[in-house]
Amino acid sequence: MSILLNKDTIVICQGFTGSQGTAHSEQCLAYGTKLVGGVSPGKGGMTHLGLPVFNTVKEAVEATGATATMIYVPAPFCKDAIFEAIDAGLKLIVCITEGVPTLDMLEVRYRLEHSDVTLIGPNCPGIVTSGEAKLGIMPASIHLKGKVGIVSRSGTLTYEAVKQTTDAGFGQTTCVGIGGDPLPGSSFIDMLKLFQEDPQTEAIVMIGEIGGTAEEDAAKFIKEHVTKPVVAYIAGATAPKGKRMGHAGAIIAGGKGTANEKFKALEDAGVKTVKSLADIADGLREITGWQ
Amino acid sequence: MNLHEYQAKAIFKEFGLAVPKGIVCATADEVREAFLAMPGSKAVVKCQAHAGGRGKAGGVKVVTTAADAIAFANKWLGKRLVTFQTGDQGQIVNHILVEECGSIARELYLGATIDRAKARIVFMASTEGGTEIEKVAQETPEKIFKVEVDPICGALPFQARALGFKLGLTADQIKQFTKLYLNMYKMFKTDDLSLLEVNPLVVTTEGNLVCLDAKINIDSNALYRHKDLLALNDPTQEDPREALAASVGLSYVALDGNIGCMVNGAGLAMGTMDIIKTFGGNPANFLDVGGTATRERVIEAFKIILSDKNVKSILVNIFGGIVRCDLIADGIIGAVAEVGVHVPVIVRLEGNQAALGLEKLAKSGLNIIAAHSLKEAARLAVSNAN
Repeated sequence: MSILLNKDTIVICQGFTGSQGTAHSEQCLAYGTKLVGGVSPGKGGMTHLGLPVFNTVKEAVEATGATATMIYVPAPFCKDAIFEAIDAGLKLIVCITEGVPTLDMLEVRYRLEHSDVTLIGPNCPGIVTSGEAKLGIMPASIHLKGKVGIVSRSGTLTYEAVKQTTDAGFGQTTCVGIGGDPLPGSSFIDMLKLFQEDPQTEAIVMIGEIGGTAEEDAAKFIKEHVTKPVVAYIAGATAPKGKRMGHAGAIIAGGKGTANEKFKALEDAGVKTVKSLADIADGLREITGWQ
Repeated sequence: MNLHEYQAKAIFKEFGLAVPKGIVCATADEVREAFLAMPGSKAVVKCQAHAGGRGKAGGVKVVTTAADAIAFANKWLGKRLVTFQTGDQGQIVNHILVEECGSIARELYLGATIDRAKARIVFMASTEGGTEIEKVAQETPEKIFKVEVDPICGALPFQARALGFKLGLTADQIKQFTKLYLNMYKMFKTDDLSLLEVNPLVVTTEGNLVCLDAKINIDSNALYRHKDLLALNDPTQEDPREALAASVGLSYVALDGNIGCMVNGAGLAMGTMDIIKTFGGNPANFLDVGGTATRERVIEAFKIILSDKNVKSILVNIFGGIVRCDLIADGIIGAVAEVGVHVPVIVRLEGNQAALGLEKLAKSGLNIIAAHSLKEAARLAVSNAN
């Protein structure tokens, strides 16, 4: 078991024939993902990476039975690509692209409220169900099939957590990068809910960062609904106020969204927090008793 | 992206929002003429700099003679204004806004931003205008009134009336306020804003609503569709190194420590700064070289880090995902040789082919220390900086 994605999930790629779409589709195929084709408007009928190319998402879905998509189209076209995927009936959408305008995401979020679709991203590394399938740009080699669910706002910090849980021998069920934007398609809470319900996931690692109140909201949810052990790390304890730290969402504005507030909220919810990102595996050992 | 007050007010005017009569000036002569053009031989002179807290720092003044206006201009033009928001460096003042000075009956607050948790544009209004609104929000949250805008319907007049009555406005003022509210929403949507603030929104003694100050923040991700707004960018208000980094696709923020950092990924870059601190060091910067740390990017990153003379050691922390670490090591070795790095460089490589990469670094013959864990890297970076 896992969340959202497994070896049988049928996947297409939007922006399939572009350089990013091509490079990462190859990697996803190599990992065993059931990627069955892609969409590039105007290139329908072609074959790319040995797979069929379609003009529209709807055609691709009708021909392949896909239920999931990964999107690599440039930021100005992402809103359109996401709406097209929702319209075609896809249930899992992973948008890797960074730089999507916030007001575009406002409309996407509104559309998602009135659907049963899960959007991961934008501005994210994607999802990997270890040993089964990956959608996105996470490096395959560091993953190990196992028992920890990982959810993170940041790409390379996700990799750190994955690597540490692999080195420790715990392994992962599913790893989700929800992205560093102010309005992500999915929140920590959405993923925590799924990990709590997944029988294979025995513990959860949550990696947040400064800015917004997503971690505080997650803490409240954990307190009420999550019975599995949770380890959390928040990046940006040393970040100054008012300076954006790379991610559009990572800014301490008006004194809110500091790492300390987030650590405190999580600790109050019974979460094991680690103040150094090198201590994630140790935190897991401590809270689970695993060796 | 931030705008100057005078630029924001020009946009306010475009959207039909009432702002005081004002003239932006670049020289003391222009300030004098602008003062003489104001009614009632009285004017407000305001330094134009990207910073809050200008008033408290002496950058805003009411003047009643041309001589005073000129004195203010001579005091500030070409100088740096230091406020609680700018840091010690301050921001350069290249323009002064000269505005008419009306008489004020009440000072209100009206702002719009995006509520991340709700994914809605929200308006906030308060009777406590003119002060720091964050303070009001923290100490007396009941004095802030909020309205959420439905993305499909947009802002509606009833919401403006509800806010207006809570602010204690009269029937005639409610009409003005409704127009203001609807136009602010239109501006927020049209120009892809992330923050829009009028503080204070004043009621004049004649009973009219006027936007005395105007603050606009534009979503950087949306600038590709606002070439007109992009043209308003004032590079003199940015840290020169941050601007240079942005021009080569690097995300850099200058800090006041002495350990330079080069990391791939924003989250990991923050995490690296944090771990330096836990080992007793002080990061000199945040720097995200992006997902693929190519040789060209690494060279540019070293140049920018080294342009900060405080830097005593450099910590390179790269998690090689799909890119092989031995290739990244080649890039680092080439860059250190080409740029002529004169401080110790501590490198931690993780991921694909990391062992091979570290071996290459160790054999390079350059001042590069290969670290085998993040903790070791942080400890070495700190000890080499002291």
